[in-house]
Amino acid sequence: MSGLFEFNALSWLAIILVLLFGAAFVFRRVGQTVTGNAPKFRDMPYGAAFGYVLAAALLIFAVWYYLQPTVTDVGVPNAGVMFFRWAIHGFLIAAIAAFLFRLLGRSIGTAGSKKLFRTMPLTASFGILVILIYAFVAIFAGAIAPHGQAEVFGTANIMAGGDPALGGDPAFPLGTDQIGRDILSRLIYGAQNTVGIAFITTCLAFVIGGSLGFLAATIQGWLDELLSRGVDVLMAIPSLIFALLLMTIASVWAARLGVPLTVFMVLIIALIDSTRVFRLARAVGLNIVVMDYIEAAKLRGEGLGYLVFKEILPNAMAPLLAEFGLRFCFVFLTISSLSFLGVGIQPPLADWGTMVRDLAPFINFAAFAPTAAITPLLAAGAIALLTVAVNFVVDWMLHKSSGLKE
Amino acid sequence: MSSILKIILQRLGLGLITLFIVSIVIFVAVNLLPGDFAEAILGQGATPESVAQIRRDLGLDQPLVARYLDWLRGMLTLDLGTSFAQLNFAKAMGGAGSVTVAEQIAPRLSNTLFLAAVTACIAVPVAVFLGVLAALYRNTAFDKAANLFTLSSISSPEFFMAYVLILFLAVLNPVFPSLSNIYEGMAFSERLQKSMLPALTLTLVVTAHMMRMTRAAIINLLASPYIEMARLKGLSPMRVIVKHALPNALAPIINVIALNLAYLITGVVVVEVVFVYPGIGQLFVDSVKIRDIPVVQACCLIFAAAYILLNLTADILSIISNPRLRHPK
Repeated sequence: MSGLFEFNALSWLAIILVLLFGAAFVFRRVGQTVTGNAPKFRDMPYGAAFGYVLAAALLIFAVWYYLQPTVTDVGVPNAGVMFFRWAIHGFLIAAIAAFLFRLLGRSIGTAGSKKLFRTMPLTASFGILVILIYAFVAIFAGAIAPHGQAEVFGTANIMAGGDPALGGDPAFPLGTDQIGRDILSRLIYGAQNTVGIAFITTCLAFVIGGSLGFLAATIQGWLDELLSRGVDVLMAIPSLIFALLLMTIASVWAARLGVPLTVFMVLIIALIDSTRVFRLARAVGLNIVVMDYIEAAKLRGEGLGYLVFKEILPNAMAPLLAEFGLRFCFVFLTISSLSFLGVGIQPPLADWGTMVRDLAPFINFAAFAPTAAITPLLAAGAIALLTVAVNFVVDWMLHKSSGLKE
Repeated sequence: MSSILKIILQRLGLGLITLFIVSIVIFVAVNLLPGDFAEAILGQGATPESVAQIRRDLGLDQPLVARYLDWLRGMLTLDLGTSFAQLNFAKAMGGAGSVTVAEQIAPRLSNTLFLAAVTACIAVPVAVFLGVLAALYRNTAFDKAANLFTLSSISSPEFFMAYVLILFLAVLNPVFPSLSNIYEGMAFSERLQKSMLPALTLTLVVTAHMMRMTRAAIINLLASPYIEMARLKGLSPMRVIVKHALPNALAPIINVIALNLAYLITGVVVVEVVFVYPGIGQLFVDSVKIRDIPVVQACCLIFAAAYILLNLTADILSIISNPRLRHPK
């Protein structure tokens, strides 16, 4: 059965490819004759022609698929079309919001910020907008969320969508989970818990890794040697694996000491990620300590603290800031993965990784009730959206500071 | 030739030393557990006599260094110890069943290697091909779309990708099964089909990074005089890149491929859990949850060894492919 299907799919793919190649050939030839051998068509490689035709074919297919009815003839919802429409709408809304935000940034603010927004690509303004929204939701979660994060209601497993005919309830727009907690409220509180804990962890990793890295760069000698070799060893163990090992041990200690496991998790991940920060801080610091102004400060008789915090730190700010964004993403993903695996942030705190794991079985009902698949994907998408946004901003910052124009 | 051999031997020695120190770190970390294994095995129903009995059985009454050496010797002879959970189970069942860690890990390790191999077979050609294309058509709509897509897929968590793939390829269009129940004696095609979704998920995550690095490595070279020369000779852009730029960009590309295969080791844990793939990552997470220390320890060491080995390979390959690194001034 499956073998037959694969053969069919493959042969269809081959037929489509051959047709596209033919179309590409025709497209190039027609372009040449119509434009009277314009250089664009005359020198066009067949590969590029194929690319144009493929893009056009994909665009036509996307529009055709978008216009398909959402309910089939027999009355079954056509889930694929619905998801596709949601994805297109989401993408368009995001693009328009980013465009409007950039427009807003260009017209208000100081001259400096206006200039910043003028040269900003759309992806970066989208990233900044998303980060601002997340920060707002995380800070005011208590005021925005309609219910408490651990509040249990009488009815469990209410469908998302709020349509009573499909098993929804207008009081719970995204439905309730297996034990009857409001999913919308938990998503909002998740911003506070997951993002907040990741932020604290990243800050801690930077304080540890950054200060030790600068210290190693300033003092050098045996301390540098010792710290660097230690970091080498810790970095030889894959970070998620090491985190899982340490969490196993921490879970026993947490139960014995009565300290929440989450505190241990913050410390463990901060320790593991501080090794990466140490590497960067030391490398940047080594480039700075050979500068003349450091020599001058040393001759003035300044102390170690002054050297590290007043001379090195301000000059290392730009690379450290970009690293902070990337490091935050890694920490955030590690915490989410740990929670997803069941050893991270512990209930009753609402957390996106845990929510994905708990709500994942709903995906299997997507063919009959498309709204059922929304909630686990929303929780996972919330994680993805923030890391994508931070990456967009960091990408832009690096591109700007490196002066790369390619 | 002898200089290459010398460098390789040097790196191998360094790798072995690292692995040795890592094994100490893992061993010490596990021994930070309050109480000891004996209490952990017996849990609530521990009586002093039974604790002492198990301690003697497992050699826990020995000093720390002796225990470490014992454990290390076991690791080297592939005797990874006895699984707590399996021991308890076997006791309850009357002494039957496999109780050694090695017996548990071996089939799962081969499953994971199979998954990694399938992923690599898909990901590496696709990534290099797309990377070359992106470098060839840089700053076009194709390049920008590829940049957007790769950046998004690098930054998304693996389980997000996994569930999106499940939604579209298993639930809405049942092409592949969403649960990868692999068992021994399965036909190769069926096995391939069942492990396709986890492999695709890993491919998505890994390809993006490799493709970006391929593109960056090639673009880095495009400003060099000899590329300018090739272009002025009238070669086609494709030929310039494939014949002139690609061989010189090979070192960074090989490096990033090996690093990404090393990354697969961590990614595999989450993906195996999502698809219930019976690999070593799944075993590791399960053992972490029930605190089956010998299994956790052994898995951790295997992951670390694979990670170090792949990093080492990347190092050596980049030295071999770059004559300048072979003769350090």
